[in-house]
Amino acid sequence: MKATARIVGTLVALAALTGASPRPVAPAYVYSMGGKFDRSFSQALYEGAEAFKRQTGIPYVDFEISNETQFEQVYRRFVSRGRDPIIGVGFSQTDAVKRIAKKFPNTRFTLIDGNIDLPNVMSVEFREEEGSFLVGVLAAMASKTGKIGFIGGMDIPLIRRFACGYAQGMKYADSKAVLIQNMAGTTPDAWTNPARGGEIAQQQFDRGVDVVYAAAGSTGSGALQAAADRGKLAIGVDSNQNYMHPGTMLTSMVKRVDLVGAKAAMDAKNGGWKPGHAVLGLKDGGVDWAYDQYNKALITPAMKAKVDQAKADIISGKLKVHDYQSDGRCGV
Amino acid sequence: MNELFAILLPTLSGTLRLATPLMLCAMGGLFSERAGVIDVGLEGKMLAAAFASATIAWATQSGWLGLAGGIGVACVMALLHSLACITYRGNQVVSGVAINILASGLTMVFAVAWFHRGGQTPGLDTALRFMPVLFGQSLLVYVALAGVGATWWLVGRTRFGLRLRAAGEEPAALDAAGLSVAWVRYRALLITGVFTGIAGAYLSIAANANFSREMTAGQGYIALAALIFGKWRPLSAFAACLLFGLLDTLAIRLQGVSIGGVLVPVQLIQALPYILTITLLAGFIGRAVAPKAIGQPYEKAH
Repeated sequence: MKATARIVGTLVALAALTGASPRPVAPAYVYSMGGKFDRSFSQALYEGAEAFKRQTGIPYVDFEISNETQFEQVYRRFVSRGRDPIIGVGFSQTDAVKRIAKKFPNTRFTLIDGNIDLPNVMSVEFREEEGSFLVGVLAAMASKTGKIGFIGGMDIPLIRRFACGYAQGMKYADSKAVLIQNMAGTTPDAWTNPARGGEIAQQQFDRGVDVVYAAAGSTGSGALQAAADRGKLAIGVDSNQNYMHPGTMLTSMVKRVDLVGAKAAMDAKNGGWKPGHAVLGLKDGGVDWAYDQYNKALITPAMKAKVDQAKADIISGKLKVHDYQSDGRCGV
Repeated sequence: MNELFAILLPTLSGTLRLATPLMLCAMGGLFSERAGVIDVGLEGKMLAAAFASATIAWATQSGWLGLAGGIGVACVMALLHSLACITYRGNQVVSGVAINILASGLTMVFAVAWFHRGGQTPGLDTALRFMPVLFGQSLLVYVALAGVGATWWLVGRTRFGLRLRAAGEEPAALDAAGLSVAWVRYRALLITGVFTGIAGAYLSIAANANFSREMTAGQGYIALAALIFGKWRPLSAFAACLLFGLLDTLAIRLQGVSIGGVLVPVQLIQALPYILTITLLAGFIGRAVAPKAIGQPYEKAH
């Protein structure tokens, strides 16, 4: 058995050496506006990069932008230095990646959270509506007032997809519950304004909301903080943010950006990198709700049973979660 | 009745929270402008102070030291402005803009270099912050309200206030009376530094638990608009700040709400402070008369 494994291992290694990918793998990671340690989206990508480095010993480079206009410049520099593949995270990088990928067809790009149809780009998106549905179930069951809140970042269809899944989950658990929604703004600044997020959360609490779900990049961290200050519950997004305020963090809607980030570089190394478009849902383990030692005390057995049931039903296809972006309406 | 309270009280507390940095900045700006020095650098001073407060509070584990640090940094920037405008008689608007750019760049550079969080500083424990003490409002909110009273008294009722106003209206008269225009203006700008420093600290260690990039988000300019809208008078400027705070609260409250089938245009509500101020300056609502000597460096006659 051991011998077989060794042979297979050698074969794989040989295939990698002689296979389709003669280029050395030198991955580069480009974070979104929130910055490397945003405890959310970008940090998940960073963890993916670190995981790749740990497993292969191959170093990587990364970049934190301080302005949206830098994206194109950064990509151009990475390409000119022979970086490949280049992995970026965030909807707002879409235009830059599109332009650069067209210009440099020999470099491979992986874009997370955007969709580009080019022969050298792999686009990965998530079924946020499914993960949001699950946290909506938990929010509705945890709420004592029957009012739950949603705070979005920039008002774009992607964020409305989060809100719509959340609303459906809420209705599934409690048909009488009420959802109060706010978007932080209509410009990219809406992702990086925790002060605004905190104020919006406070106003939602003033209106009777006792569980708030923030899908707003680092703006959301202000909302989580406001919930901790006021003793209300909050739901994090993208990364598992439960540890940020134990006791008031109900759960987090996790997008496995880390797995995608590590896999892109790994696939390039193994010659298995392919362009295309993938949408990862609950079934693929791309999204989930976070359950760990920080929020164990807040999740009752009834809540856990209900959310596990919903999750199983979504995976089996018995329960359909409507995707806002499929028709531009929510219907809840 | 209960229904009414359920709407009124949250609106009131939201207004007060959002108006606090405006009040502090507007009162600070009032000292500077009534003394004859234009201050478009309120935004920059507040931003730098917010960063300094959060960083120092985190490093020393003391909210009070954070507040002091914020005030200190804002005062240093005010001194820079004084040096350029009073001592070297430079262009006051240019100096103010330079301060804004300086603050925006430096806070970002330091924050990224020290903390690697895309311009954020680490979160502060509740114990280090100015948490709500009365009616759900932070201590600094009451400091701001007291600041309005103090401004009204200092500018309108004291000898220092008289000299301050003279420096802004007829600096030559002040000079003829044997008083130094420069010294009066320097003191006025230092007071501006103190107010904007408290405003910055309010943002980063009272209302929030950390600094984040560009967290002032144009509130320094809105405060300047409130000051002009209030015709450079403390109580009117205070009222303008409350009005602008209320508009901001309504913008959040009315988002996505339709009245009579029409979606409330939130962006319009958010733009109202600027629109109102421009309308005022254009002369449609009364008249805003600036201090006579504002913007003019004072040169002693020989």
